[in-house]
Order: sequence, then structure tokens, then C-alpha cells
Amino acid sequence: MRHLTRLRIGPVGFRVGSDWRAPIAVLEDLYRDYPAPEDGIPDFNVHLFAARPWRRFLRPSVHIGGDFVIPDAAPLPLAQGLLAAEMGMNLQMALGQRRYLLLHASAVERDGKALLMTGMSGAGKSTLAALLMAKGWRLIGDEFALLDPATGLIHGFPRLISLKNEAIAVMEAALPHARFGPLLEGTPKGSIRHLVPDAHAIATMAEPAAPHLVLFPSYGFAAAEREVLPSETFVRLTQASTNYVALAERGFDALTDLVRKTPARALDYPDTVTALAAVERLWNAA
Amino acid sequence: MTDARILTEALRDPATVARLDPEGWTALLAIARAEQLIGTLSHRLDGLPMPGAAARILSDARASAEQGRIAALWEAEMARRALAPLGIDVILLKGTAYAAAGFAASAGRSIGDLDILVPRAQLDAAEAALLATGWEWVKPDPYDDLYYRRWMHELPPLIHRDRDRMIDVHHTILPLTARITPDADALIADSVALGNGLRILASADRICHAAAHLIADGDLAGGLRNLWDIHCLVEECGTAGLAERAALHGLTAAVERALRLAGRLYGTGNHASGAAGKDQWYLRRLLARDGWGRPARKFTRLGFYVRSHWLRMPPVLLAQHLFKKWRKDQN
Repeated sequence: MRHLTRLRIGPVGFRVGSDWRAPIAVLEDLYRDYPAPEDGIPDFNVHLFAARPWRRFLRPSVHIGGDFVIPDAAPLPLAQGLLAAEMGMNLQMALGQRRYLLLHASAVERDGKALLMTGMSGAGKSTLAALLMAKGWRLIGDEFALLDPATGLIHGFPRLISLKNEAIAVMEAALPHARFGPLLEGTPKGSIRHLVPDAHAIATMAEPAAPHLVLFPSYGFAAAEREVLPSETFVRLTQASTNYVALAERGFDALTDLVRKTPARALDYPDTVTALAAVERLWNAA
Repeated sequence: MTDARILTEALRDPATVARLDPEGWTALLAIARAEQLIGTLSHRLDGLPMPGAAARILSDARASAEQGRIAALWEAEMARRALAPLGIDVILLKGTAYAAAGFAASAGRSIGDLDILVPRAQLDAAEAALLATGWEWVKPDPYDDLYYRRWMHELPPLIHRDRDRMIDVHHTILPLTARITPDADALIADSVALGNGLRILASADRICHAAAHLIADGDLAGGLRNLWDIHCLVEECGTAGLAERAALHGLTAAVERALRLAGRLYGTGNHASGAAGKDQWYLRRLLARDGWGRPARKFTRLGFYVRSHWLRMPPVLLAQHLFKKWRKDQN
């Protein structure tokens, strides 16, 4: 491919190739403090390509490919090339990752212990993770938490934090000196702006953490909390995992172990101040 | 220019990976993944010194293939249970057959659909039994469905509604429209029992089927994997009676070509002497990948795509088929 970059996020190396310079230039800027793939050999490849040669120039539209692809993934305009690259990397993980049980969750760490937050899109898991990072927690990741079946530990995947719509202004105010990517408007998920994880998150991304608490946050409701039993947590986490079935017995054992040892709480919240206070309380009680 | 030769070299002579740099490893792994040979490669390279990242990626691929093997064998057992009450013996084909018999070809092999062979006279009963035990039709289009039933060598594909796994029920090994007509009765009559209620084709027929699939059917997609199967089958069980059997099925040319290509790429048997004439085109097509694992050599691929349709269908039927497909696209 014409342009390419290599980078490592947590334990996973990527090579991203593109028919255009622009998406690679943005990746190189935003991921400048990230290391190269271990031994120079990436785990996954991502391709950003034009379906027809002239579409590189004429109404350029970015198709997403890679080692693993799903049919009918819609192309994005070139201005959203960064989003295409991020989607491409997520897609490789979702479809191809077999070493770790992938949980669609955000995760932060304190004192060597991990807080996992999972829920539907819009539940606020990215925003909460970013706000906790602003308060000194270590960001483990905002999209995928990697559960290692061999150790039961959570490995980091601190890619760029994808902030959507109202969350963009919230985080710009909370972290005025942080590095942000370009504002991408009119994406399939509305406005998106990427936030670069802080230096601490990047420097320590190879250090796993033991799970301490699982939270199921829901934004937009009156404040409420309830205990979630291991059985329900198990089912909800299988639904939040893209490779649970593919991992078979290893995935079952890892998840069973996780839900037996880790308390879980559902947390409804009307605003982030309430949520952050509740997180502190639940964390200390867990 | 990088092509898939980096992969065939590594499979043929694993020691060659010692000279790969990170760039070379990256290309090798991407191409192996694209050709669905990464699990096979992992087995071939097992124990050799290599960079830690490569070892980690290959070990994940092997674990994944092992899980795939277990799932494939379970699926075969499910088919056996569905068809046993009718007295229909399940004859396993391709990947699942190699896994069930424990052949070398199955080491790390990725296994997709379950392919089985049943006598044509029992096809309707087999389909009814599968539908009654949880398999469902995938092809919603009446034209496609009819086309399969009239002209193909298999039922329209079925998927199990709980396990999400596809089964292809064959009654012979090439489309009925192909110019070559293998002897399906002989395939079934000479099949071998495995002792667990499942059967596989006889040794020479296994090679004939793999060669038919590779050379006489389709556009050589997945060709390197098919050819590796043939290489392993020949190395493990030999070629005794193969020429006679190939002649019986009308597959002499396909089998000879497959052996020449396997010899050329993998050093199979005593066929390593070289490739003749049109074999060069086959090699170009088989190796058409770039260093990212993407399909390369567009015109060569197109040529083989056109050829696959030419082989499968007489010209008038092909014209009708293309017209119907085109008209459907217009609507």
C-alpha cells in the first residue's frame, strides 16, 4: 500500500496501510507516543483503500479492509479517514483476536486493580472512563477490555478515546490541555472527536490489572444502584464479548472465574457528578 | 515483488523462515491468514527459532485451528445422528474427513463448512431429516434454489439454526453441468468406514476429489490450501491405484496437473520435476497475493473466474444464467 504506519496498542500490534496520506498522517500524530509492534511484526493489518482507482481523487471514499472483514461495511468520506482507521483496528480485534476474551467495556485502574464498565452504546462508559482518567485513574481502555484466560488479569488496550456528541464538550472542559484529534462531523454516530490517552496510560499500557469491580452504568435515569448477581453478569458479559463463542471452553472458564470473584453493580445516573461520586463509593465498598 | 511464494516456501522448507526480516514475517503471516493456511503454517514451523511476536501469533492461530477441529468433528457427529435413523451412512469430505481420520493434512487446517456425500437416491430423505433436526435453508431466492437442485452436485446449503454451522450435502463431486462426470456410485461403494459410524473416501478417491475441486471446479480460490491437502495426502498414503481411479472418474488431466503443481510448489513426491505449458498460468494465479495478503494480478484472476464458469456450464446454460442474474440485478 502507498502509505503506512505501524503501532502497538496494549499487547496488540497493527500495520495500517492507506491509499491516501492524510489518514496516516493523523494516526502518526495522535499515536506518536505509542511503541512499534513487538519485534516489528504486527498482529493485524488494516487496509484503507479506494474501491476504484479514480475514487482516490474523485469524491474519495475510504473502504475498510484488513485480515478480517465483514461484508457490506459502508465506506467513509476521506475527511473521516481517522475514524475508518480506528474502525478497521477495532474490526480486526473483534473478528480476529483469540488470545484474550474481548469484553466490549471501558476500564480504568487504581492500586493495580481494574474497574470494568460495560453497557449499551450511549450508556456513558467512554465518558466515565475519560473523566476518571482526568481524576488520576489509569485508563486501561475505552472500547475493549482484554481478559487473559491464562491469568484472569485485564490487559490494556488504550487506543484513542472516541468521544461522541455531548461528551466532546464535557471532555474539552475537563481536560483543556489534553490532545484531541480533528472534529469529525456527520459520521454514522454523529460528531466524533478522539482524545489521546494521557502519558501515564500510554507508558503503563503493558501492565495488566486484576479485576476489582464490574459496573453497568446507564446514563439518563434517576440515581439508583443495585447488585448484579454473577449469573446475570455472566450473561451480560457474554453479550458484550465478540469472541466468547470462538474461545469456547477457554472463554467460558475465564468468564466464570471473573464473575465469581468480582462484585458487580448496576448504576443509573442523571449526570456525571453523581456517577463519579457513586463510582468512588462502590469502588471502596467492593 | 512479494507474492505467496513466501508462504509456499515456508511450508515446503520451514528452515527458510530463518532468513526473514520483520517485513518478511509480516507478509508471510498476512498471506498465510488470507489463504487460511496460518494454522497449518504454525504446525510446520513448530519448534523453530523465530521472533517472539511471530511465535505468539502462530500459537494463537494453532489454538484457534484446534478449536475449529473440535467444532467440525462435533458437527460431523450431529449429521451422523440426524441421518443414522434413515440408514444413510455419512461420508465426510475434505477438511472434516482429514480431521476425523487424523491425517497429516488436518494439522492446523482451518475447516469451514461440513461437506458430506450421500447417495443421490437418498438425497430427498437426507434433506428432510436435516430440516427436521434444526438445519435451515440459506438461499432465499427461488431461482438459486432451483439452480442448485437441477444443476449442482449438492443441495442448496443449509445452516443449523442453533450452532450457525453450514452443511453442504453432495451427491457427487462436480456440478452436473460440468463436462466431466465422476463416478459417484464408485466413490460411495469404495468409501472406508472409520469405526465411529462415519466414512471417508478411499485413498485414491480423496486425491481425485481434491484435484477435481482444485482444477476442474471453481476459480482456484483457496487453491494453495487445496494443493497442500493434496501434498499431504500423497505423502501420507501414496498414489497406489490413483491413475486408474482418476481415469475412471475422467479426472486424469486434473489429477496430473494437481500433482505437477504440488510438486512444483511443495516438492510433492517425485513430481518435483517441473511445470509444463499452461501450468505457469496456474502458478501465477495460485500465488497472486501482495505483501498485505490482498488479492493481486487482477487479470489473471479474472481469467480463471471466467474459466470456472466456462467449465461449469455449457454455453447456452451459461448465457441463460448470466441473463437471469443480470435481470435480477436490474430490479
